[in-house]
Amino acid sequence: MSTTTPDLDALVASKYRHGFVTDIESDTVPPGLDEDVIRLISRKKNEPQFMLDWRLKAFRHWLTMRQPDWAHVRIAPIDYQAISYYSAPKKKDGPKSLEEVDPKLLATYEKLGVPLHERARLAGVAVDAVFDSVSVATTFKEKLAQAGVIFCPFSDAVRNHPELVERYLGTVVPPADNFYAALNSAVFTDGSFVYVPKGVRCPMELSTYFRINAANTGQFERTLIVADEGSHVSYLEGCTAPMRDENQLHAAVVELVAETDAQIKYSTVQNWYPGDENGVGGIYNFVTKRGECRGPRSRISWTQVETGSAITWKYPSCVLTGDDSVGEFYSVALANHCQQADTGTKMIHIGRNTRSTIVSKGISAGRGQNTYRGLVKVLPSAEGARNYTQCDSLLMGDRCGAHTFPYMEIRNPTAIVEHEATTSKIADDQLFYCRSRGVSEEDAVNMIVNGFCKVVFKELPMEFAVEAQNLLSVSLEGAVG
Amino acid sequence: MLSIRDLHARIGARKILKGLDLEVRAGEVHAIMGPNGSGKSTLASVLAGRDGYEVTAGRVEYDGRDLLALAPEERARAGVFLAFQYPVEIPGVNNAYLLKAALNAIRRERGLPEVDAFEFLALVRGKMQLMQMDESFLNRGVNEGFSGGEKKRNEILQMAVLEPRLALLDETDSGLDIDALRVVANGVNSLRSPDRAVVLVTHYQRLLDYVEPDVVHVLYDGRILKSGDKSLALELERRGYDWVRQEAQVA
Ligand SMILES: Nc1ncnc2c1ncn2[C@@H]1O[C@H](COP(=O)(O)OP(=O)(O)O)[C@@H](O)[C@H]1O
Ligand SMILES: [Mg+2]
Repeated sequence: MSTTTPDLDALVASKYRHGFVTDIESDTVPPGLDEDVIRLISRKKNEPQFMLDWRLKAFRHWLTMRQPDWAHVRIAPIDYQAISYYSAPKKKDGPKSLEEVDPKLLATYEKLGVPLHERARLAGVAVDAVFDSVSVATTFKEKLAQAGVIFCPFSDAVRNHPELVERYLGTVVPPADNFYAALNSAVFTDGSFVYVPKGVRCPMELSTYFRINAANTGQFERTLIVADEGSHVSYLEGCTAPMRDENQLHAAVVELVAETDAQIKYSTVQNWYPGDENGVGGIYNFVTKRGECRGPRSRISWTQVETGSAITWKYPSCVLTGDDSVGEFYSVALANHCQQADTGTKMIHIGRNTRSTIVSKGISAGRGQNTYRGLVKVLPSAEGARNYTQCDSLLMGDRCGAHTFPYMEIRNPTAIVEHEATTSKIADDQLFYCRSRGVSEEDAVNMIVNGFCKVVFKELPMEFAVEAQNLLSVSLEGAVG
Repeated sequence: MLSIRDLHARIGARKILKGLDLEVRAGEVHAIMGPNGSGKSTLASVLAGRDGYEVTAGRVEYDGRDLLALAPEERARAGVFLAFQYPVEIPGVNNAYLLKAALNAIRRERGLPEVDAFEFLALVRGKMQLMQMDESFLNRGVNEGFSGGEKKRNEILQMAVLEPRLALLDETDSGLDIDALRVVANGVNSLRSPDRAVVLVTHYQRLLDYVEPDVVHVLYDGRILKSGDKSLALELERRGYDWVRQEAQVA
């Protein structure tokens, strides 16, 4: 008889808590993709001509591209003609205020822990909620407007601020950038738009909450954040989806532009439905996120906590164009059950004395496969560039995997690039140590995992650090206790 | 309080404990001495519930309960504490956080209200003074980058805060200088009370100069070969262990 057997399998067998479906009438375009569908989307959104032309150009380019196959993931073939490219909750005219939002939608967000009623909302966080393809509510619009900050659904921005959209859209992620970016450029439906004017410090955290509800739809949102000279903004993105047996595609594009002395902090807590423990269903999360530090001394910081999705393929990146600009990437990625995460970052050093920091924490459990893929590229112009990369992997059990692919292209001899990598198992003796002090096995696992992720969590805004910790513990929670 | 009868345990195919008997009553301090590899840490691990040890025969009763049937955390909550010979490092997990979680888990079990951060700090500060530990240790990772001596002190700090009913100390005195040894001894002595018991695993008589044992045992090749009062420890120090074995073979 063995004294006890800590059952990690049981511990990592968790339940997805956001898997309910909202029963709401939707206006959904039949599956399939051609130029007519794109014209239809553009018409439904009342877009100006430049937008339609831009979409069609992207679509024509997409037709010439092939789905990439180099990421370290196993993937079922995706039939792009079987996906519906537009789904919106049915409504008369579009809500003018929260009072007009369908109560069922408000209840959905309530259930997800994102109450949209401003008085109930955490003080100081403005929320834009995107349900399937459209934005359903944006809170605190007025308070932000007083500061001159524009924070609105992307569709509104196309109509109300076309000059800003036209000036910045696609300047960081060109439509032809990659297969999914091209697809997104052709069919994107909504997302958030942020513009912070010169010298303004955005008075509150901005947050967008994405929810995929309808079946057989893809979500293709587009986010554009522009921080003009000397401005500051902190933005958080959260996401969930119902449990469905089929895979759903999520191919977003996020573009950030930081002008001279501007700072953007972009945090993601991603909790798309990961599929069940046998790998059935779940979201395919293929996202292009890139920021450009366009002006001198600007700074872009990505922080991500990735716990969901069946397959994650995402590399938030920084193009450090301005001299003395700074790019940062802090990431926690969890791959549990049959999840596959292929994530990392690219730091492209162009300006002089540009600096970048990469801290990646990968946790693999169950049969999860976690891959870090990172590129540090220093161009000849980037005199004095510096990069520090740290990649740590934590394995729970012996059926999961961790893989690290750091790529470096250094074309300036003055560059200093450091890389550190570790792989550790959640050690039985660490677990035993905590348990021998009276702490339950489940709490012990959480403690050790949180300890491992601490340096990343401390980069998150306060409220979200707590949310991220909870999310991680829910994602690892099991039958024990 | 602790009653071990004919305990046999092995790791894989290797038999390590071979019929061990030990009786510890409340209020007593027992010292277990014995050569390297005789099974002292194995005994401590089996009592604390570490995985990987197979108990093939025998019983362990603690307070009338079958100790071996309990999970490690249940044993801890029931008042069993093991100060490890080699405390493990847990990077990023705050030392104070683990200790507070442990204290509250144990208090819940005892039907006591949980302590909040302020109460905890007040309590732990007092104990740290006793252990002559700097408060900065609270905010470091559990044993992360601690020296050998600091790890041992941290074990005793945890013991002092958790106030176990049965404390097992596995070579806590090894590698300590004389000042640290006194500090550890103080920690043990301040825990002594009529309803608590302490089992000290040690190689050296010198700890016993500060913590006076009621009974001294010799553990040899997986069994208790001889027990006596504190004078046995002095004799072992002088004569080594061989004579005990010879005496046992004759008997
Ligand atoms: N994990 C293990 N696998 C195999 N043998 C072990 C293991 N741990 C300890 N042993 C062996 O068991 C015996 C008893 O070890 P231990 O209880 O640590 O002795 P002590 O603490 O008295 O020095 C030793 O011979 C040791 O080599
Ligand atoms: Mg030992």
